Amino acid sequence: MLRFFENLDRRWLFLLMGLLVLLPLLFPLALPLTVSPRVRNFHDAIAKIPDGSTVLMPCDYDPGGIPEMVPMTRTALKQLFDKNCKVVVICLWNGGPGLVDRVVRSVADENHKVDGVDWVNLGFKEGREAVMVVMGQGIANAFPRDYKGRDTRSLPIMKRVRDYSSFPLLVSISSGYPGTKEWVQQVQSRFHLPMVAGVTAVSAPEYYPYLQSGQLLGLLGGMAGAAEYEKIRDEKGTATRGMDAQSMAHVFVAICILLGNWVQWRKRKGGTA
Amino acid sequence: MKREFPLMITAAVGLFMILSFFVPHQLVSVPADFLQQSAIVVVAFGYVLGGANALKLNAETVYKRNPGWIYKLILVVALVSTVEIGVAEGPGFLDDGKRSRWIYDQLYSPMAATMFSMLAFYIASAAFRAFRIRTVEAGLLAIAALIVMLGRVPIGDLATSWLPTSLQLPTLQEWIMEVPQNAAKRAILIGAALGVMATGLRVILGIERSYLSGED
Repeated sequence: MLRFFENLDRRWLFLLMGLLVLLPLLFPLALPLTVSPRVRNFHDAIAKIPDGSTVLMPCDYDPGGIPEMVPMTRTALKQLFDKNCKVVVICLWNGGPGLVDRVVRSVADENHKVDGVDWVNLGFKEGREAVMVVMGQGIANAFPRDYKGRDTRSLPIMKRVRDYSSFPLLVSISSGYPGTKEWVQQVQSRFHLPMVAGVTAVSAPEYYPYLQSGQLLGLLGGMAGAAEYEKIRDEKGTATRGMDAQSMAHVFVAICILLGNWVQWRKRKGGTA
Repeated sequence: MKREFPLMITAAVGLFMILSFFVPHQLVSVPADFLQQSAIVVVAFGYVLGGANALKLNAETVYKRNPGWIYKLILVVALVSTVEIGVAEGPGFLDDGKRSRWIYDQLYSPMAATMFSMLAFYIASAAFRAFRIRTVEAGLLAIAALIVMLGRVPIGDLATSWLPTSLQLPTLQEWIMEVPQNAAKRAILIGAALGVMATGLRVILGIERSYLSGED
């Protein structure tokens, strides 16, 4: 037994992991989800803004973040559109604008929202923190043209947008740098704009201090956060479906840690079971 | 003077930008805004520089037929053709039906997603082969990792739902994340912020000069 595990080809581990991710996606287990206070607060922060407000939504991610970021983007947009909010989307990741535009456009179309009137994608701008600061002087200063090349100032939605004071809330969906941390440091703390965030599971611990200090009103951490958010909204999106697969993957990694250490321990003891 | 002049500019601009944070008067805020907008323009040039550098380094490897040159060739061809197609299509190059859009949707997106997805497989392999518990600290790390990993997914909730609430995995992982993790993270954040401030001051005062020519 010990020799079997010692010489185990790692491709078997890859195969098992693949199956454990694939099978729950094909045959859902529908494991029960519990909503955490952080996710509840994220939802409530959006619910509390006045209907019809204009919200800033930076979507700072690229295709690597699709499984975690896209479900939370979709659900947040749906909640905002349900409240008839106008949404101004930007992206500070150079690999993201095409993906973000596709996601926002599909949700907007499903909700019969008009581009340039109910929402706008201002696209990508290089400059990271500098862009955030320049947006404080005027959103159109930093983004004179939107993703489609239209004059930003001429768009109906932008008639009511000047700078950060035009927004009651900032909804940051980000999978790294530049992202939520920089929005807190450069915008929330400087311009006192209330903020909620959706981030990757691996980076979520970074934002707990901001959550505890009240600088972030709510936090969605990874696919689990997105799935809990979907549960509050009574939706069955890709995050909910993905949680079964993620559960299996986590259990498998835990077993791998325990098994790997058992093998090493037996080896050290000189056992040959 | 060749060295002193850039140092003086850095000190003056650095102090001016700090001043602009506290003084909202037009005399300060307008030039500060201009400087910040200029920074965005300068950063954008980094793309040209980065692209040219990638092209030069990889073209050299291809030319000299160094090991792995075939991969560099693919990179150079992809880089040149993507830029060329984007330039040829002009504004709106990412509109539906455009070739640039096809490259983004059919090549870039799946490749980027695949790179990230492969992590799951390597994590499983690393967990089995590399995560060795040899010390008490490593043991604590492993226990915390297992609790957090299982406590954050529904199966952990389900498996311990028969236990008192305080012993259930989600409660334990919540405590680990909220208390020890948060304390450590806050310490790191404060330390990093102090480090950034110290570095900024060193640059403004001309003590830190490595950005000029690699000299400390």
